[in-house]
Amino acid sequence: MNKKLVELKNLTKTFDDLQVLKGIDLTIYENEFLTLLGPSGCGKTTTLRIIAGFEEQDGGEVWFDGVEISKLPPYKRELNTVFQKYALFPHLDVFDNIAFGLNIKKLDKSVIKQKVEKILKLVGLEGFGSRDVTSLSGGQQQRVAIARALVNEPKMLLLDEPLGALDAKLRKEMQIELKKIQKEVGITFIYVTHDQEEALSMSDTVVVMNQGVIQQIGTPIDIYNEPENRFVATFIGESNIIEGNMIRDCLVSFDGMEFDCVDKGFKDNESVEVVLRPEDLDIVEPEKAKIKGVVKSVVFKGVHYEIIVENEHREYLIDTTDYFPVGRNVGITFETEDVHVMYKMEY
Amino acid sequence: MKHMKHLIKPYLIWSLIIVVIPMVLVMLYSVTTAGNSLVNIQFTLDNFKKLGNSIYVKVFTRSLSIGGITTGICLLIGYPIAYIISRKKETVQGILILLVTIPMWINMLLRTYALMNIISETGFINTLLISLGFDKIEIMYTDVAVVLGLVIDLLPFMILPIHTILNKMDKSYVEAAYDLGANKFTTFKKIIFKMSLPGVVNGVIMVFILSISSFVIPKMLGGGQYVLIGNIIEEQFITQGNWNLGSAISMILIVLMLIVIRVMNKLDKDE
Repeated sequence: MNKKLVELKNLTKTFDDLQVLKGIDLTIYENEFLTLLGPSGCGKTTTLRIIAGFEEQDGGEVWFDGVEISKLPPYKRELNTVFQKYALFPHLDVFDNIAFGLNIKKLDKSVIKQKVEKILKLVGLEGFGSRDVTSLSGGQQQRVAIARALVNEPKMLLLDEPLGALDAKLRKEMQIELKKIQKEVGITFIYVTHDQEEALSMSDTVVVMNQGVIQQIGTPIDIYNEPENRFVATFIGESNIIEGNMIRDCLVSFDGMEFDCVDKGFKDNESVEVVLRPEDLDIVEPEKAKIKGVVKSVVFKGVHYEIIVENEHREYLIDTTDYFPVGRNVGITFETEDVHVMYKMEY
Repeated sequence: MKHMKHLIKPYLIWSLIIVVIPMVLVMLYSVTTAGNSLVNIQFTLDNFKKLGNSIYVKVFTRSLSIGGITTGICLLIGYPIAYIISRKKETVQGILILLVTIPMWINMLLRTYALMNIISETGFINTLLISLGFDKIEIMYTDVAVVLGLVIDLLPFMILPIHTILNKMDKSYVEAAYDLGANKFTTFKKIIFKMSLPGVVNGVIMVFILSISSFVIPKMLGGGQYVLIGNIIEEQFITQGNWNLGSAISMILIVLMLIVIRVMNKLDKDE
């Protein structure tokens, strides 16, 4: 594993009687692309703003590169931020926006010119230096904002929902581009988003947050395949969440039947919740399956059909490329490893 | 919204009657001789020739310098006030802006009389100075009194446009400047002040125009001998009854104002 770059220790923050952070502990490593993911109001942006120095936490510590930086003003921190609405200075052109930080460091004019031109090339905006920032498209402004931050060669880049204002196609392009840029410059990115697809496709590590608490930290694959609780399972993609009972290791019961699974370490007969991802379920002839039901609705989604099968216990959501008409008796099957058992969430 | 368009018509007619027509008349008066009727108009440039007289040149110079000094002082006092107000919470800002504008609710004559009471020879300041054992100072009927009166009167016109622009300035610009390594002073100099320039330009234009064209305050606080452009226009219209010369002076004033607006807007654009 890489060297530790940032350590958050038991961060708390309250705004007007509303506790937005309830003890955040997080370690961020060098060269890591880490995403803070959660619904609005979950505390992800506040966490980022505390790291940047725009907010001060009520309690807890922020360690950066081996130093406690809570009392350090933002302009003395060796990191840079890409703002949600870019915050490009409207009275400066593209070149002067990007050169802003370098000018403050009082670098030599020729050095500044060289660095700005190099970074413009990196973000694909060669020759845009003299353009007025207000005349640029959203995607171009986004690139200028990234260039303005990266040109200072920070140890870490913070990105606050930077793609939120772009249309879907451009957002996809920028996701790929951002990941490429991060690999190229080789620094830590902390990325804040509420878009689970964005988080899964770019990150090395995803931190799922809700109501000021970290729900789960893991790789995108872990987060998707092994959600630790109901919140993570529902926030990351659609799923069937079923209350069940862990009879013993590798055997779980739900909906009146027992199923093999691969999960271990629960107490015998512990109440649990079981996640079945819609794309892991398959529809077959009724006699070939344990779970039986009737097709209740079919929606065509392009690549697949979204089918809801109903029985006396519940409705099951299934994504499949096969078509079954409404009213048909069918069976549902899945592989042993597709049964994901989670701890039951306390409410 | 389209069908609401015709609602602007009454306003257009109104401004035609009270703005455009009088302006045309002033222009007409300035280039004609006295005693014209509608059927017999005598055009002349004599009115403007008279303005070459050194007394008028002196009055114009004095007006411009008083206006310049007033504008400068208003900017120096008004900008910090506008800035401090814009840093407060939204509710506090409302109250403070109200406090700034409250003096404008009181009739200007009353306000000026109140100021006269404070600065006159036997007024509040001198009474205080004497009771403390100092010599009394003469403010009344000096340049200082006129500038003081104008500053007090016109300060809100400087504060309000600057405050408006500072208040709606997105906080993320300031954060972005900090983020890029600028300390508080540099951020103010390079970002906040530069971005508030349109407000500064508006405030400067308003205060300057109102101060060079004012006539009540210089008359009351400057004493009878104190003459600015506004005063000689008033004199020509009211006392001398020479509307043609008065109109010519007004035309010069209008041209001066247009030049100021043009220059200020150009400065703003170049930034």
